[in-house]
Amino acid sequence: MNAAERNNFVLIDQQRIEVNGEKSILELARKAGIDIPTFCYHSELSLYGACRMCVVEIEGRGVVTSCSTPPVPGMKILTNSPRVQRVRRTVLELLLANHDRDCTTCDKNGRCKLQELADRFGVRKIRFGERDEKLPLDESAPVVRDPNKCILCGDCVRMCEEVQGIGVLDFVNRGSRVMVAPAFNKKLQDVECVNCGQCSAVCPTGALVVKSEIDKAWAALHDEEKLVVAQVAPAVRVALGEEFGLPPGEIVTGKVVAALKRLGFDKVFDTCMAADLTVMEETAEFLNRIKKGENLPQFTSCCPAWVKYAEHNAADLLKNLSTCRSPQQIFGSVVKRHWAKKLGKKPEEVFVISIMPCSAKKFEAARPEFSVNGVRDVDLVLTTQELARMIRESGLLFDQLEVEAFDMPFGLTTGAGVIFGATGGVAEAVLRTAHSLLTCKPADEYANDGLFNFETVRGFEGLKEAVLEVDGLEVKVAVVHGLGNAKRLLAEVKEGKANYHLIEVMACPGGCVGGAGQPVATGGEAKKKRAQGLYSADKLSQLRKAHDNPAVARLYEQWLKKPNSSEAHKTLHTSYQMRGRITGEEITLLTSKQENKINLAVCVGTCCYLKGSYDTLKKLMEKAESEGVGDRINLHATFCLENCEKGGPSVRVDDTVVSGVTPDKVESFFTENILGKLKIPAESQ
Amino acid sequence: MLRKKTDLDRMRDELRDLYKKETARILVCAGTGCVANGSLQVFKALQDELEKHGVFITLELLAGEKKPGVTAVKSGCHGFCEMGPLVRLEPSGVLYIKVKPEDAPEIVEALVSGGPPVERLLYHHPVTGEVFAEEEAIPFYKNQQRNALANCGSIDPEEIREYIARDGYQALAKVLTELKPEDVCREITASGLRGRGGGGFPTGLKWDLTRKAKSDKKYVICNGDEGDPGAFMDRSVMEGDPHKILEGMAIAGYAVGADEGYIYVRAEYPLAVERLKKAVQAAEDYGLLGKNILGSGFDFQIKIKEGAGAFVCGEETALIASIEGKRGMPRPKPPFPSDSGLWGKPTLINNVETFANIPRIITNGAAWFRKAGTEKSPGTKTFALTGQVVNTGLIEVPMGVTVREVVYGIGGGIRGGKKFKAVQIGGPSGGCLTEEHLDLPLDFDSLLSAGAMVGSGGLVVMDEDTCMVEVARFFMGFTQNESCGKCVPCREGTKRMLEILQRAVDGEGRVEDLEVLEELALAVKDGSLCGLGKTAPNPVLTMLQYFRDEYLAHIAEKRCPAGVCQALAAYAVIAEKCKGCGRCKKVCPVEAISGEVRKPFTIDPEKCIKCGACVDVCAFKAIARGGK
Repeated sequence: MNAAERNNFVLIDQQRIEVNGEKSILELARKAGIDIPTFCYHSELSLYGACRMCVVEIEGRGVVTSCSTPPVPGMKILTNSPRVQRVRRTVLELLLANHDRDCTTCDKNGRCKLQELADRFGVRKIRFGERDEKLPLDESAPVVRDPNKCILCGDCVRMCEEVQGIGVLDFVNRGSRVMVAPAFNKKLQDVECVNCGQCSAVCPTGALVVKSEIDKAWAALHDEEKLVVAQVAPAVRVALGEEFGLPPGEIVTGKVVAALKRLGFDKVFDTCMAADLTVMEETAEFLNRIKKGENLPQFTSCCPAWVKYAEHNAADLLKNLSTCRSPQQIFGSVVKRHWAKKLGKKPEEVFVISIMPCSAKKFEAARPEFSVNGVRDVDLVLTTQELARMIRESGLLFDQLEVEAFDMPFGLTTGAGVIFGATGGVAEAVLRTAHSLLTCKPADEYANDGLFNFETVRGFEGLKEAVLEVDGLEVKVAVVHGLGNAKRLLAEVKEGKANYHLIEVMACPGGCVGGAGQPVATGGEAKKKRAQGLYSADKLSQLRKAHDNPAVARLYEQWLKKPNSSEAHKTLHTSYQMRGRITGEEITLLTSKQENKINLAVCVGTCCYLKGSYDTLKKLMEKAESEGVGDRINLHATFCLENCEKGGPSVRVDDTVVSGVTPDKVESFFTENILGKLKIPAESQ
Repeated sequence: MLRKKTDLDRMRDELRDLYKKETARILVCAGTGCVANGSLQVFKALQDELEKHGVFITLELLAGEKKPGVTAVKSGCHGFCEMGPLVRLEPSGVLYIKVKPEDAPEIVEALVSGGPPVERLLYHHPVTGEVFAEEEAIPFYKNQQRNALANCGSIDPEEIREYIARDGYQALAKVLTELKPEDVCREITASGLRGRGGGGFPTGLKWDLTRKAKSDKKYVICNGDEGDPGAFMDRSVMEGDPHKILEGMAIAGYAVGADEGYIYVRAEYPLAVERLKKAVQAAEDYGLLGKNILGSGFDFQIKIKEGAGAFVCGEETALIASIEGKRGMPRPKPPFPSDSGLWGKPTLINNVETFANIPRIITNGAAWFRKAGTEKSPGTKTFALTGQVVNTGLIEVPMGVTVREVVYGIGGGIRGGKKFKAVQIGGPSGGCLTEEHLDLPLDFDSLLSAGAMVGSGGLVVMDEDTCMVEVARFFMGFTQNESCGKCVPCREGTKRMLEILQRAVDGEGRVEDLEVLEELALAVKDGSLCGLGKTAPNPVLTMLQYFRDEYLAHIAEKRCPAGVCQALAAYAVIAEKCKGCGRCKKVCPVEAISGEVRKPFTIDPEKCIKCGACVDVCAFKAIARGGK
């Protein structure tokens, strides 16, 4: 090797490999056809270097991690030396020793990275002890957390923090007692988790999985009394095939329909129809806001993870969210409130199962706003993965299924509804309709195909923009995906730095095609292929604008009258709630066993604390003692009564919250609210 | 406010003249150890006594042209902590040990009258009984060479003027007025100074790398997160001579182009925190920190950051994460802090002792520094000498002195005339060296090649009654507790090594453990992310290398040769010593002892539960506790 050559090459296992700007030895080795094993390396996440599986040996430097070491020309690298093998095998054996190895019954069985690498390295014996303890599972949210299977690679922690900008998961404790958990070891449902499930999408083991509800689906399908209706989200049709060996992005709509029919669904409809309805409602709402110049920018509301994120983090911008329900919920509403009635069925006799690429949809369907008299609009949400499992369970040979068409009337869709599954799709669909409604005469609407496409909002850039000129007004549209990007944009909106009229937010990177319910995608390529699949389906559609959908038109004719009508508002729109605080444990100070008693809770959250609620609490206790009613009061210190705006310290007396109970007002408060209620005259009176 | 170098020089000269008016000074050690032993009460008593004699005077009074007198000041740590509270007299150099407040009248009387020192308070050699009046003559001190610790114990750390009077901040003034940043780096490189935190990385090279990094902002960090059990070198410097650290950091800031520094110090060192804060304030008041220092245009400010006491935060990237408010966990390197450190900016991070060496190198030159120590490890190094040696404490010796010189010369040999067995060097991640290493020079490279390391400088001497398996288990327990839990080998590997060692001392070891332990130790050493994990197996590896038979005895024969491991102990009556009194029989809770009065008793090993009660009651030392 001469000097000039040496400048560009490294030796990997005696193979000369040219360095071409690769950031790490790992990347270079993979290009050279060597698949270096990893747990904690993800191209979309920051470098972590904790799993130590990717170690290689460099002559003169010893054992280093290949993920964090840049290749320097002239390096002599061994990827398989005895020292490297010893580290890798030891790491696997150590991980397995501490792992709950009930592989056969694990949700990730067959798709687990630990299992795969243990097999690849031929680990057949664990010479160390077993896991010391079995920690309880957290099954409170659509994502189930099993700490006994966690290998602490930190992928979920970084995904939640870096990509999603939320950070509900982090490491706690030290040494061998380290675990990943939400703050104070709370349950996921009690923290700011938005159920996007991206943590489970990167989790290499069964420590984080989307909750499976297949049993409920089978029960409904086997129930003779129930009319079981499926709705299939757009992103499912370009991903389900992957579970059966087909390439990502291949459109398998017809097979999905056929499979669902064979599984026993009475009707199989397309969520895209509801998406078209969403476009109608949302566009009307948007144009109205533009006209009035209020509550702008308008944020889309199709993504339930984004909606929950906004409820937690952007209380002041909740009025800017479109009040439209998501296509899933619009579909449920249409079926239960309109279609069932036409069939002469009660809502509870129809069982709606959505097939979704998403874990947050499970949470959305269970929101109380989407139930009428205890009957849910959408009874059950299955993910793409769960559907795949049902198909496998039933023995259907997916690739050999004869394609079938969606049932009518809700099988009629347009390309606008289909592209909802990719980031930018909702914005583009709204733009198409808005543009048509505002600028085109029906005659020239179809003349120029270019008008259908707002290609600048497509693709995987973090922030995409489009401008549509309407009557001299430049309507500016922004599209973000991944909540981390949304967080940055929100900050700019709040600071007045971002002037947009419409902002589409999808929580998952890539939009719904990258949802946590989809088949596990390694890297961004599969997601891109799926999005391409959706755009080709759009291109092939005869109808590409929501307002051209005849099924939608009929719903307005027969039922809703016009977009944003009062019926539409009742059934297709919703409202949002502030979720500023996470719940906290109450601290009990006095307990009463008497029948005639009062429940008192003093807020010791930050605002109230600063206004002296600790002293209020202390004085209340003293007062209860001195008045001799200590045994007739249940007294708690509690966290945030959500009354900050009215002014603390806040005290809850049974069901009413009293504001402004500063320490100096305890005397009068006590007389009025406690002694009065207990019907005891104050001594001073 | 000092505005230029000549201001500093003038102030130094004036202060020197003032201090000449001291007829004598009494230095009461106010290091953490002596304070715990009541030295502040001693100080008060001495002060009162001086006032009674009408000779007490302070720096302020000296300046007020009053008559000369005796000053009494609180000093930093002298290092001979087990003899505290320590009181030193100057100029005589007399050192009083284990002083109580009630000794004050006698001490002051002797001082004022000019009589001989109070003999009963002087150091008496434990073997020869020889009496030492002067501190420097005591064997513990005689063989030391104090450089980083030079001012510790002889100045008042809370008085910047004392530091200035002793040429303090002259090195900073010199670099600001005479040297370019690259010259400073060159001087430090020429001195051969290596990082005193344990790694031994060439300091000058580190400075130069940081200097060359291009950035609008750079930082200097002083690593004072001293976490090794029993180590207190950094604490002593921070408590006893804080200005030396500030000066070293400011010089570093000038050399690398940083205008901001952090001292990361454990919150468990409240005295160090307090004195550092006072020192920073004083230096700012005098214009020796802050904007436009000595009119040079160089700005440098220092902030104190208290750490919450996680051992791993001594690792530089974990320390940086901690300052940033993140969980103290290390990250892979590269990038090194010199490229991307605190808040992603180029950062120079050195240990306390490293910075403490800087001013003298600048003042006296690289060649002076190289006079002590070895070619590749020049200079002096502080060690915390503990364990079964006669004299324990904080010492500073030229690098390259032998283990023997430290253990026998300074440490005075093994306590109770027992046999030397091993010395653990470098804290919980160091290694255990044996008798064959007694003539090994204490320097970075020699120690590393023997499987130990300089580390932060812990030196634990062990005698023949020490079980090396138990020692390895103890240190493994420490590292397992202090592992941050980030990387698999350290988190899981130390846990499993600890389990295997625990089994051995519990008498449940298996022969196949040997192979597993060795393999695991090597994998953890190679595979761990940071220094903590990479060095955690050292005690195990050196134990397996130098005391393999002892480990084998534990697992194969279920025997603890040192007789330490309770579960492996075997009790037997030594017939020749037993008088047959029967006390052991009465105290045995399981009736394992039998015999006739006035005849040697016997212990039934089947019944014995190894509680040791019999040994405790036997007045004739007739029960042996040891291996089978």
